[in-house]
Amino acid sequence: MIKKLIIIGIMAGVVLIFFDLFNAFTGNEVLSKTADYYARNGAKEVGASNLVTSIVVTYRGFDTLGEVTILFLTAAIISFVLKIREEDIIPNRQVRITSEILDSAAQVIVPVIFMVGIYIFVNGHLTPGGGFPGGAVIASGVLLMIMANPKFGISHTVISWVESISGVAFVILGVLGILFAGGFLDNRVLGLGDFGKLFSAGIIPIIYSFIGLKVGAELSNILGTISHAQNEKN
Amino acid sequence: MEYIAISTGFALMLLGLWGILSQKNLIKIVLGFTIFDTGINIVMVSIGYVRGKAAPILDVINPSEAVNEIVDPIPQALVLTAIVIGLGVSALMLVYVLKLHREKNSLDINSFKDLKW
Amino acid sequence: MFVVIAIIIGVASLIGGYIAIHHEDLSVAIIASGLVSLFASILFLLLAAPDVAMTEAAIGSGLTTLIFFYVLNKIRQRND
Repeated sequence: MIKKLIIIGIMAGVVLIFFDLFNAFTGNEVLSKTADYYARNGAKEVGASNLVTSIVVTYRGFDTLGEVTILFLTAAIISFVLKIREEDIIPNRQVRITSEILDSAAQVIVPVIFMVGIYIFVNGHLTPGGGFPGGAVIASGVLLMIMANPKFGISHTVISWVESISGVAFVILGVLGILFAGGFLDNRVLGLGDFGKLFSAGIIPIIYSFIGLKVGAELSNILGTISHAQNEKN
Repeated sequence: MEYIAISTGFALMLLGLWGILSQKNLIKIVLGFTIFDTGINIVMVSIGYVRGKAAPILDVINPSEAVNEIVDPIPQALVLTAIVIGLGVSALMLVYVLKLHREKNSLDINSFKDLKW
Repeated sequence: MFVVIAIIIGVASLIGGYIAIHHEDLSVAIIASGLVSLFASILFLLLAAPDVAMTEAAIGSGLTTLIFFYVLNKIRQRND
């Protein structure tokens, strides 16, 4: 009973806090000052059609670096916590046989899913999408592979190489910005090119491709670890 | 539109918080966290919405007139990364649930009383 | 028109959230929470945020749901 009362008290407190926020919300008619700056100068300074991309990769690129680091840390902690000793692995675990449809469809669809993921992050500066959705799409392709063949193990060598090479390349490209342009993660290392073409916006497509590969590798690693944990005795 | 979205977001947040506080099952608590997460993301995106404007992608819109044509891109950029982090956090919580279940062989939160005195 | 769609989707996602928290069967609850993410991604699209909608559809309703199911499967396997 007291527990219920405490819960209701906490909920009331939260409602009180957020009611102010909700009450003060009137909807916007014009952009805020920061967004106004980005809208006026984003196309000129960065050269990417997609303003969200230019904020994620260039204006707030440092945040993205931290974000990718957090994702790497969660993947590492999950691998650490779910580590299975050799003697705990069930030698020949009986898995339910996957249906013929899933099995055959996976072989056809998985390369297409990978291609769509790569398309999404290569074109991140022109169309909606970018490294994070692209990486998630690639991880869904890996998930389909695991589901079609439950014994399929993800090669940790490949994952760790892809992951570390893209991470290091991201930082090196950022440092190149200090050397050849205005600052860390400045994209004007290469020319801005024609607005709206694939090879434009400086190094944004390259950085976003590395982010996509890194996110895809990390999410696949999480999925692979959790699905491998099914093989553990108890 | 933005009022409907922001109300939905706040309602989902409260629903998630209610789930976190009132449920006994550990997996239900993690589900509460993911719903809370979704609610916060909806609230943030709807704060950046500008009435009747288009997405911040300048392929059809002329860049010189972008100021009057697009919605606020900053909350979208923040939410984009927040969703990916959300997946990492919920996966981490689920892995801890797996470990806790192995210790006590139960998913009920009331069976974890080792720190209680 | 969009307002009507937004109201329907908002109500549907609240119902989904209620089911996710209060349904006794964990499988149903997990599916319902995936449904909430899917409705949220449509709401993001209506709020002119296509990038966020893509990410939410791929991650929120795809990968998160499957991770929940993997964990649930492991726990059921132990209880048998």
